[in-house]
Parts: sequence; C-alpha cells; structure tokens
Amino acid sequence: MAMLEVQNVHAYYGKIHALKNVSLKIEKGEIVTLIGGNGAGKSTTLRTISGLLKPREGAILLNGENLADYKAHQIVTKGITQVPEGRRIFGQLTVTENLDMGAFICRDKKLIAENVERIFEMFPRLNERRKQVAGTLSGGEQQMLAMGRALMSNPEILLLDEPSMGLAPVLVDAVFETIQKLHAAGTTILLVEQNARMALQVASRGYVIQTGEVVLHDVADSLLNNDMVRKSYMGEN
Amino acid sequence: MFQKWKDRIDVTDIVMWLIGLTLLSLVLWGSISTLRAGLYTGRHWVDFLIFGLAQGSIYALIATGYTMVYGVLKMINFAHGEVFMSGPFTAYFVAIALWQSDFLDNYPIIGLMIIFLSSMAVSTTIAYFLEKIAYRPLRGAPRLIPLITAIGASFFLQYLFLGLYGSGIQAYPDMEILTGFWMVAGVRILRIQVVVIIASVLLMVALYSFIMLTRVGKAIRAVSEDKEAAALMGISVDGMISTTFVIGGMAAGAAGVLYALMYKQVYFFMGFIPGLKAFTAAVLGGIGNIPGAMLGGLFLGLIESVGPSLFLDGLGIVAPYQLKDAIAFTMLVMVLIFRPTGIMGERLSAKKA
Ligand SMILES: Nc1ncnc2c1ncn2[C@@H]1O[C@H](COP(=O)(O)OP(=O)(O)OP(=O)(O)O)[C@@H](O)[C@H]1O
Ligand SMILES: [Mg+2]
Repeated sequence: MAMLEVQNVHAYYGKIHALKNVSLKIEKGEIVTLIGGNGAGKSTTLRTISGLLKPREGAILLNGENLADYKAHQIVTKGITQVPEGRRIFGQLTVTENLDMGAFICRDKKLIAENVERIFEMFPRLNERRKQVAGTLSGGEQQMLAMGRALMSNPEILLLDEPSMGLAPVLVDAVFETIQKLHAAGTTILLVEQNARMALQVASRGYVIQTGEVVLHDVADSLLNNDMVRKSYMGEN
Repeated sequence: MFQKWKDRIDVTDIVMWLIGLTLLSLVLWGSISTLRAGLYTGRHWVDFLIFGLAQGSIYALIATGYTMVYGVLKMINFAHGEVFMSGPFTAYFVAIALWQSDFLDNYPIIGLMIIFLSSMAVSTTIAYFLEKIAYRPLRGAPRLIPLITAIGASFFLQYLFLGLYGSGIQAYPDMEILTGFWMVAGVRILRIQVVVIIASVLLMVALYSFIMLTRVGKAIRAVSEDKEAAALMGISVDGMISTTFVIGGMAAGAAGVLYALMYKQVYFFMGFIPGLKAFTAAVLGGIGNIPGAMLGGLFLGLIESVGPSLFLDGLGIVAPYQLKDAIAFTMLVMVLIFRPTGIMGERLSAKKA
C-alpha cells in the first residue's frame, strides 16, 4: 500500500474545475515530482492534499486512511506538512517565532529546542538572524525559513511547492541539496517544480499535469528523456 | 513641476487641508487664550490629567478587543460595546447580593474579585457565542455582510439585556475602600481613579505579554497575518479566532466593572458611547495594532478630559465639557482623513491580506 494516495480527485474553485480525475501515489521514502506549466493545477493538488481545499469527488488516503473528514490543521498532525508556494512566512514574527509556529502541534519543549538547533545547523544563516523580523529577510533566507518552519513538525511527508522559485542559481542548488539531505534522513517528499530538469534529477518518479489532468507518469529517468517533457518543460526544441 | 502638483491635488484635498488647518489653529488659539486667562491652576490640570488617564485606560482595554478582532478577521466588531455592557450589567446583581449580605463590607477585596470574575465570565461568554453564532457562518462572505451582522448583533444584545434586566439605570453599591482620595504632594487624587489606572495597566501588561510571549499568542498573530499558512502549520484557525474573542471579552468585562465603579451607572445602553470611543482609540492607534490601541485609548481619554477646558474655554464656549464627545469624534474623522493607518501605522495585520 502506498503511503500517500490521491484517488481520482476532482476539485473546484467555485465553477472552475481545477483538478480533473487526478490520481497519484507516493511510496514511503520516495521523492516524487509533479511538473506542469502555469495554472496546470500543481498547487491545487498540494492544497487538496493539505486539506485547504476539499475534493468534490475522489479521495486522499494516508496509509489507507481517508483524510476527507480532517481539517487542514489536523492533517499536519497526521504527518503531512506543506511548504506553500511563495513561502508565506509570517513576516511580522521573528525567525525564532516562525519556527515556533512550525512546531505548533508539538508540546514537547525539549524536542522543539532540539529541532530548532537542528534547523539552525542546517541553515546557519537563520541562526545569525534568529531575532530578526522575518519580513526583512532576503528571498533566499525566507525560503530557508519556510523549509525550516515546515521541518519543525517532524513531517513524514513534506509537500514542497516550487521551493526554488525566484532564487539565484547558487541558492537553487542549496535548496536541492537540502531536499536530498531530507530524503536521506527518511522524509518522503512530493516536489512541485517548474525547474523540471533538477526536479527529475532528484526524484525517483514524476507526474506531468496539464490543465488539471495527469497526462503522463513514469520513472524520472524516462521522463528526463521524454520528448514532450523536454520540449514543454525543459525549454528544448 | 507645478503641473505635476496640479494633477495630483484636487479640490477636496484643499478643502480637507483647510478644515484641518482651521481646526488646528482653533485648538492652538483656544489653548493659548485659556492659559493666558489663567482660568485653571496646576491642581486643576493634574485633576484633568489623572481623570483622563483613568478614562483613557478604560477605553484602552475595550480598544484591544476591537483591534485584535480586526487583526484576525479584518472586520470591526460593532457589537463589542455590548460585550462590554453585558458583564458589568450582570455583575451588578452579584454586587448587590454581596452588598446586601454584608459580604462586600467585610471582605471588600474578595468581593471585588467576585464582581470582576462574574463580569468577565459573562462578557467572555457573550463574545465567544457572538463569534460562533453570528460571525463564523459568514466567514468568507464579502466584508460588508459581517459588518451589517455586527450592527444587528449589537441591537440584539442591547434589547436582550433590556428585556432581561429592565431599562433602569443602576448604580453599584458604594465601597469604602474605593471612595475618598489620597493626598500626594499636596494634590488630591481620587482613589477610584488610581485603582482604575493600576488595574487597567496590569491587565494590559498581562494581555500584551500573552500575545507576545505565549504559544497561543504567537499563533493568534500568525493567524492575523496569514490564515492558510497558519493552518498549514497545524494551527486551528477557528480555535485562534475564538480565543481572540475570549481575550477581548475578558478585557471588556474587566473594563466594564472599572467603568461601573468610576461612573456609577450600568444600563443596557451603556456600551454604545464607550464602544464608539474605544473604536476611535483603536483607529487612532492603527487598527490591528495592540500597543497602538492601548496608546490610542490613553490619548483619547486625556484629550477628552483636558481638551474641553484647554481648547474650548479660551474660545469663550459656555459649556465646554458638553463638547468632549465632539472632540473625540472630530479626532476620529481627522485621523481617518489624514492618516487612515493611525498614529502607529498598521503593523499587526498583514498588508498582503
Ligand atoms: N483561489 C482560486 N480561485 C479561483 N481559481 C483559482 C484559485 N487558485 C487557482 N485557481 C485556478 O486553478 C487553476 C490551477 O491553479 P494552480 O495554482 O493549482 O496552478 P499551478 O500549477 O500551481 O500554477 P503555477 O505554476 O503558476 O503556480 C488555475 O487555472 C487557476 O487560475
Ligand atoms: Mg502553483
């Protein structure tokens, strides 16, 4: 049984049919990537998994359990945490307070302190700025904070929505390095990326989504060599 | 250069600035003539100042409720004045019962505590159910709809308490420990005013520490900024919104008892004017900003107490004190025109929301 399974999901924004019969599976310990153009429905897929949007049809199963009746904040306690598109850190809170919010579901003070240390080790830049108001961090620092904040809940599954968006190439590499580190530490990852090449290099499998429909899914290596994928998402002719 | 200016400024701007300047010069002119005429001595000013601080700290406590609710819901809870009324109006009956049984005379401190707690309990309960029943179903509706609902809820609560307790104006029993005055450096200071100021400051410090330092306080600030991101952190947005109403209700219930002790009157309509004043204070301080609301309340209380004598007496106005509400609401209008983000700017609420 797959760890996370999206089964024939249809989701709507009002009358807009944003997800049409989307299905995907993620096994424990895998990195799976979801690629697609602007407006294809990638963020919507993650929002539906996180419970911000409820599917009108279909189901989302975590280790076989249907998540339909859980609210977004309860799904976090189930082990699924999302780093949303555009970071969405709390700009008026300090770096440390943002991390505290990431650990909201955890009541164990010692565990929280350990996690903070772990995240400061992973992102030393954040440590230097722990008292700084997060809204004044640079874009790259904000992305680190967004990832660090999500890791504070010790997620089993991490949903990443375009973590490399708007970052300089060096920082993009750093983000992908972090993803690989987390993977090595046993975290299961669903990665949404516009940077399809890099995403497919770290992922084991990938899904391609177009106008709300999954049009292709395969192991990453095959997708890297797929003509359509190369043309549409890697800017090759 | 000149052309650019001409494009940007229109007639209404000029009229507004003229009105503002006129008011400002009236205030200055009035103050100077009052001081020149020497109508009041230093003692009077100290009296005005302390009364202003006492009244202002009550506004400040109520204003925190407006500003925190605005923070999480981006809406003005116009029924907050009734949350403020419900507690002390109910606690009046508790006070009378304690007084009739001589408990209030024998154990005044414990008696006061019981009065405070019962008032806070009622205001908190009303605030909690107000959100749950009247506002929660409208979450996500256009902004005008909860606003109209709030006005409706305000009337509903007024008439509910009118029906429950009658239309008479009641007074809390006199308490010896709160009457009389202290002499400080040759100045008489009314005890009740000192008690009001100290109690309010303690409550505000407690409230602010809660919001800034505790896990739930931080979560309320997170929800104020970005509800979805907060939910993605495992924070129950509904839970935090309820908590915000509960805290606002507690502050309002406590403020209500202080108000009842100072002004010696409770009735079903008592929340209306203080509610509007506290709303003014919240706007003055920058709606959504908690320290701003506190400062705004103190400032408004001071202006209302010092202003009539200082600004208006010198202008030859016969009954300046009757115009204190006019001063308060003129200030609201001026702030809304010239600095809509308030004196402290909008800080707590997210600009991107
Ligand atoms: N809140 C919303 N209300 C209405 N329509 C929406 C909303 N959010 C997204 N949509 C629509 O749903 C579709 C899918 O959007 P989604 O954000 O999932 O795309 P995406 O694949 O993440 O795109 P991008 O790469 O630009 O982030 C789009 O057509 C979008 O316009
Ligand atoms: Mg997206």
